[in-house]
Amino acid sequence: MTAVPADDAALPESRRGGSALARTVSTFLENRLAAVGVGIVVLFILFCYLGPLLYHTDQTHIELSDATLGPSAAHPLGTNEVGYDQLGRLMVGGQSSLEVGIAAALLATAFGTLWGAIAGYAGGFVDAAMMRIVDALLAVPALFLLLFLSSIARPNVGLLILVIALISWLGPARLVRGQALTLRTRDYVRSVRLMGGGPMRAVLRHIAPNAIGTVVVNATFQVADAILTVAALSFLGLGIPPPAANWGDMLSNGINYTYDGYWWLIYPPGLAIVLVVVAFNLVGDALRDSFDVRLRRR
Amino acid sequence: MTGFIARRLVQSIVVVLLVTVIVFILLHLLPGGPARAQLGPRATPIAIANFNHEMGYDRPVPVQYWTWLEQLATGNLGFSVKLNQSVLSLIGERLPKTLILTVLSTLFALVVAIPLGVVQAVRRNQPSDYAITFWAFVFYATPPFFLGVVLIVVFSVYLPILPAEAPQSSSLGVILSQPAGLILPVLTLALLTVAQFSRYMRSSVIENLAEDYVRTARAKGAGEWTVLVRHVLRNSLIPIATLLGLSLPAIFSGALITEAVFNFPGMGELFWTAAQTQDYPIMLGITVLVGLATVIGSLLADLAYAALDPRVRFA
Repeated sequence: MTAVPADDAALPESRRGGSALARTVSTFLENRLAAVGVGIVVLFILFCYLGPLLYHTDQTHIELSDATLGPSAAHPLGTNEVGYDQLGRLMVGGQSSLEVGIAAALLATAFGTLWGAIAGYAGGFVDAAMMRIVDALLAVPALFLLLFLSSIARPNVGLLILVIALISWLGPARLVRGQALTLRTRDYVRSVRLMGGGPMRAVLRHIAPNAIGTVVVNATFQVADAILTVAALSFLGLGIPPPAANWGDMLSNGINYTYDGYWWLIYPPGLAIVLVVVAFNLVGDALRDSFDVRLRRR
Repeated sequence: MTGFIARRLVQSIVVVLLVTVIVFILLHLLPGGPARAQLGPRATPIAIANFNHEMGYDRPVPVQYWTWLEQLATGNLGFSVKLNQSVLSLIGERLPKTLILTVLSTLFALVVAIPLGVVQAVRRNQPSDYAITFWAFVFYATPPFFLGVVLIVVFSVYLPILPAEAPQSSSLGVILSQPAGLILPVLTLALLTVAQFSRYMRSSVIENLAEDYVRTARAKGAGEWTVLVRHVLRNSLIPIATLLGLSLPAIFSGALITEAVFNFPGMGELFWTAAQTQDYPIMLGITVLVGLATVIGSLLADLAYAALDPRVRFA
């Protein structure tokens, strides 16, 4: 008994009693990294949504006489190549990065999990048909789908969310289906059928909750992926056109000036992306530990 | 098992055909069209009609599709008018570069990530776990073009020890003879993959360590090392097998962003340029290859489930 939960001996009282939900919440709260992750996300939400109310900047009108100014009292993070205040732009850009990332990840994970759980549990023809659809969509290069969707409609936040969700639900679907293949042979899933439970009950009450570790870990990566996909699209020139902004646009625009020494155009949006994505991963990791009841002493 | 493989191969062909149909239809829905992209915005309607007639783009879409399939059956992927070269020879030029980049970075990632994940799971919630986790999170969270630029700034500008560009040649021998130029692009791709693989590996090993069979093995007196390597590692590799299967098509679709940052035009750049100039033959050719690689990758992932987890049976 050395490698298995060495920290079990030190389990606090709070984790042993109470409802399953209370235990989940208390385990989550005890994780300091989770607190750090939640803290970073909350700070960024305040920064992006309350910030512009306190720190007023013009993010619509170009001011070329103020272009590429270094950090100063008037512009704490300098200005970009058309004179937008970089700190104010970081706030506004963060709003669309966060909105697109979270919305796309929720949509993709919910749909992918359900799809994979149903396919894996049903097996046979249903599984084959459902997974062939996943295979066919996976087999179309993501770049092709992105290009296609961006060329038929004017890029906007709603379209970006749909586009990213459309290419990212396939991963969770395959992962959950892989787990469902194993789970459906377990005795407690078989007993559902013996006791007269329908397939929906088996999928929703047994397969999906038991795949939750994979799903939650994957969902956090999906938020990360979505924010990073927005950045990649911006790098390729398929982002939301100015004067709208997101961190990806700001970063890919900034790296054009790598050799000019305009560091304030590169590192602030880059670090903002890294910090937020790291924060979502910390939260997801802590959620994984608190959901996984088998790791807890009962 | 043989029956299963045969059935999956038939399904694979169906999937690839499905993909070509989807792509063919989508291509013809794109606004603009190849004639406009080829002849420019000032071409007259007559010139456009002539071009379309010459290329056969004025025939019904099903007829065009059938002609293309017939050619495909003889191994002909078509001809790019824009680049005046056959699609097969264009892919032949670009494939070695992408192959080097993806294979080297995946191998590097596997060799580093599997042991890292196991170490993290065994020493979970200890300083070494936190340190590895921290770096995995940072690398995973970094957009590849940002990571590439940071690596260039650090290793080519401040400490000028590595070139900022990949080797500029299309011959495999020349590229491999300048390994220094490959370090930064391979590292850019690999650091992301290491971060991803080690997270899944850690999760998976922790989950498996809590399983009954581990308790049984320990009860029978198996040592820690035996339990880890013979029982836990095997079952923990299942998510990695899926991820590897899913990453197979990257060989043909390329790594566009890394290729762009390090000026290493591979398959990604070929596809990107073709998409922007609506070069149908190239887009269709690459899509078929990516489709084939994808179905083969997912077949291999399924076979890996069976090989790694004896509870999985294919009826």
